[in-house]
Amino acid sequence: MGLLSDPNRRKALTSLLTRLNTPICVVCYLAGIAWFMGLAFEPFTLRTYMSENAMGSTMVEERFPAGERALATAREFAAHKRKVGGMPVEWLVKTMQARGLEVFTQSFTRTLPFPDENKERYMVRGTNIYGILRAPRAPRTEALVLSAPCSPDNSNNQAVGLLLGLAQYFRSKMFYVEFDCTSLSGFFSHHSGMDYTPLQGRAGSIQAALSLELSSDVITSLDLVLEGLNGQLPNLDLANLFHAFCQKIGVLCTIQGKLQRGDWDTAEGYTHAVQTMMLMVLKQASGRPWGDHGLFLRYHIEAASVRGINSFRQYKTDATTIGRLLEGMFRKLNNLLERLHQSYFFYLMPSLTHFVSIGYYMPAFGLLATILLLRALDLWVQLGTPAQVTEDGAVLFIFSYYKSFLSPSVLVPSFKPSMVISHLTGVALYTLPVLSQETAVEHFPVSETEAVVLTAIAIYTAGLALPHNTHRFISGEGTEQGWRVLKLVALLYLAVLLGCTALINFSLGFILAITLVPAAACVTPHMPKALTALAMVLLSPGCTLLYCVFIFQELQEAPVTLPEGWMLFLSVISQGILDHSLYGSLVYPLLALLIYPCWLLLWNILFWK
Amino acid sequence: SYLFIYLFYYITTKATQFFNSGHTNNWAVLVCTSRFWFNYRHVANVLSVYRSVKRLGIPDSHIVLMLADDMACNHRNPKPATVFSHKNMELNVYGDDVEVDYRGYEVTVENFLRVLTGRLPPSTPRSKRLLSDDRSNILIYLTGHGGNGFLKFQDSEEISNVELADAFEQMWQKRRYNELLFIIDTCQGASMYERFYSPNIMALASSQVGEDSLSHQPDLAIGVHLMDRYTFYLLEFLEDIHPASQANMNDLFKVCPKSQCVSTPGHRTDLFLRDPRSVLITDFFGSVRKVEITREAVNLTSAAEQPVEATKEPKSEPLSYVDQLPVAEIIHQKPKQKDWHPPDGFILGLWTLILLVFFKTYGIKHLKHIF
Repeated sequence: MGLLSDPNRRKALTSLLTRLNTPICVVCYLAGIAWFMGLAFEPFTLRTYMSENAMGSTMVEERFPAGERALATAREFAAHKRKVGGMPVEWLVKTMQARGLEVFTQSFTRTLPFPDENKERYMVRGTNIYGILRAPRAPRTEALVLSAPCSPDNSNNQAVGLLLGLAQYFRSKMFYVEFDCTSLSGFFSHHSGMDYTPLQGRAGSIQAALSLELSSDVITSLDLVLEGLNGQLPNLDLANLFHAFCQKIGVLCTIQGKLQRGDWDTAEGYTHAVQTMMLMVLKQASGRPWGDHGLFLRYHIEAASVRGINSFRQYKTDATTIGRLLEGMFRKLNNLLERLHQSYFFYLMPSLTHFVSIGYYMPAFGLLATILLLRALDLWVQLGTPAQVTEDGAVLFIFSYYKSFLSPSVLVPSFKPSMVISHLTGVALYTLPVLSQETAVEHFPVSETEAVVLTAIAIYTAGLALPHNTHRFISGEGTEQGWRVLKLVALLYLAVLLGCTALINFSLGFILAITLVPAAACVTPHMPKALTALAMVLLSPGCTLLYCVFIFQELQEAPVTLPEGWMLFLSVISQGILDHSLYGSLVYPLLALLIYPCWLLLWNILFWK
Repeated sequence: SYLFIYLFYYITTKATQFFNSGHTNNWAVLVCTSRFWFNYRHVANVLSVYRSVKRLGIPDSHIVLMLADDMACNHRNPKPATVFSHKNMELNVYGDDVEVDYRGYEVTVENFLRVLTGRLPPSTPRSKRLLSDDRSNILIYLTGHGGNGFLKFQDSEEISNVELADAFEQMWQKRRYNELLFIIDTCQGASMYERFYSPNIMALASSQVGEDSLSHQPDLAIGVHLMDRYTFYLLEFLEDIHPASQANMNDLFKVCPKSQCVSTPGHRTDLFLRDPRSVLITDFFGSVRKVEITREAVNLTSAAEQPVEATKEPKSEPLSYVDQLPVAEIIHQKPKQKDWHPPDGFILGLWTLILLVFFKTYGIKHLKHIF
């Protein structure tokens, strides 16, 4: 007989599984964490290299001369911005036209569901100005985009100046693809609810985009920002291109604001790499676009943001050099034959020259998911063996096995109400905070943003009280089978959820897995209630978010105290809701509608009577 | 008089030596197999060899030039209509009189083999055919991206060394060449001539198996590498050759030593019947100038008497252009059918009748509601 159909062998296997379950789970968890930490260790990473043949072997001498003129334009732009008190649309249109671009404008407005306290606005409104530089001899089938975000305050003027300078310079050169200069503040207005005037100019399908943020006349280093909406990253070739040019021109380049260290074998070097990687993981997990480029990625346009940083270093780089770097990058992108697709789309970067691809980091998550599957298997086995076996004989054994497991009297009532109630709470968590902000503001002396956030936290905490109130509805109560079935379903559900999340946004999936997997694996009704309850709350998604906020601040070298951290946490929740309504970020719906109900199921199991 | 005898003897030996090779015409098949802008150097390679071969006397009618992509008119070329081979744009190998026979997507393995073996469809023009005979010396130059035993065509297919060797054997059996010089400038080029087994083939390659052929110099204004090293030094060598030069194959083997090329050029002469020392470069790169030495004098001064034709031509009718395409006879068209409508009065009468019947049935009093 086969391995699994022979009852004796199966009994041996299942007893092995039951005996070794906990040790294997512990080992898997520790191995998963260790694997993840080991990703930043330099011998385990690969050096970055140019995968795209069309970009690798071509080289041009960059000759951009007009750095000073770009800065003068920037000062003019700042003056006009102050005069108009917003974005000087007419001046920008006139200047772009003077440089030979075809200029179009697009205005948009969008009312936020509740006012944004961080940016002090209740509606998002603005004008996008984009100018198209036509290639003289080419068909209008491909385009590259250089964009600079404009804000009403006195930042990013130099980027606009440099953008205009580059446009003028590129006009005199032979370019293959068309070149779009845009000053964006919310270019992508396809969202429902956003009012926008339709786009008029057509340039060709966009191959790559760069967003430039420069707020000072001279810089000491350039920072590359890759993380986009929902944790999507551009093709690694774009980062490789940037790094190649930094080396060629001799500009200091950083990622996550951290400079690369050469000593990987020392403890400090390793911690530095781990910090850089953790910053990238946290930024990716948040699901928000960390630069203007983040919104291009949804449309399969490879985009990155380049940010100029002026710190207290001796060696300063002027605008001409930055212009040369951008010129070189665009000349190389000009030679692209197809969209960037040769290099990786899923990766983590512990430094600008090293990367970890999906094949290397996924096993860390896989180990954590194995714990869930092992536990589920264990429960399946426990559910499968009936309380006593009176009749002998293989047929009756198999019959009673199937009968006890598939009888609807055991299965359905025990977990269906719990599932429904948990998901209803999740839906409440998703919809109620925004909907009920007016009533909250009427009755309590809080602002709308605070009302939304505090309602969310209130619903979250109210979910903790559910088991006491809903055990009436659960008819399978009191049976050992009941909570086992529920836990089996919860484990599989969690495994599927986390697996799907990790495939799309590995960082989010992994961070949720780190806290939720031990909670899911260990929870039973037989453990000491108070202690386990505390542990469950500490491992809940809300507290995970709190820890992430604190860790993020630590890594940014701006550690916060507890009250400040709490305020930051509240603002993070409000930003999450706003990102979801403005850009379509999926983190908040995922947490509210799927992860939180799953955690509630586990909480239900804990308080099973 | 001794001097005269000596000179006479010298000229005849030179003359006999001139006819030692046994070929009467020269052909060249020059192929660039790679497309895309960053493979600019392969097109420049082939065009440099084309230039040398034309300069040394082979006419366009005897050259089959196959270029897989158009670099001169590529949108990315900052100097349109030029293909440079030296940096700082010293030498434009595209020139004014380049005649490309197979261009773009026509450069395929199938077309290349058909050209070599002569199995082309009857509609192929003469400029696309290799019309060689058993007294032709053929120069075949291939360049592109290659590997161990294959050469990549157009980024989509490959030709293997076995196929190439079989094609040459077909050429030998069909008596399509007298002697063949095969030059290949790709990575691991020596693997392409390993399998040859037909007689009278001499082969040169830019690199051995396991080695990469490297490119020579990038041009920072155009932004690409302009040429490969082997062909660059080959071009320099060939620029010194003129149609009457006596340089032989041993000099060609010395082109681009490892110090200049980084890869080790290789050659194969075991299938060749003559000693390479006695083979002139112009046997393959140049064109045969057939000189016949005669000892009799030819009288060119007296004009030959031509009888005048006095026949009267018959008077012919005035000619007119024939109606080449008598459309009316070919296309028998029927007049277009107009749709038949009933006469208008009839419709009016019909509706009046319907109305009257209606009012008759339901009473005349409704009529006043309408009018």
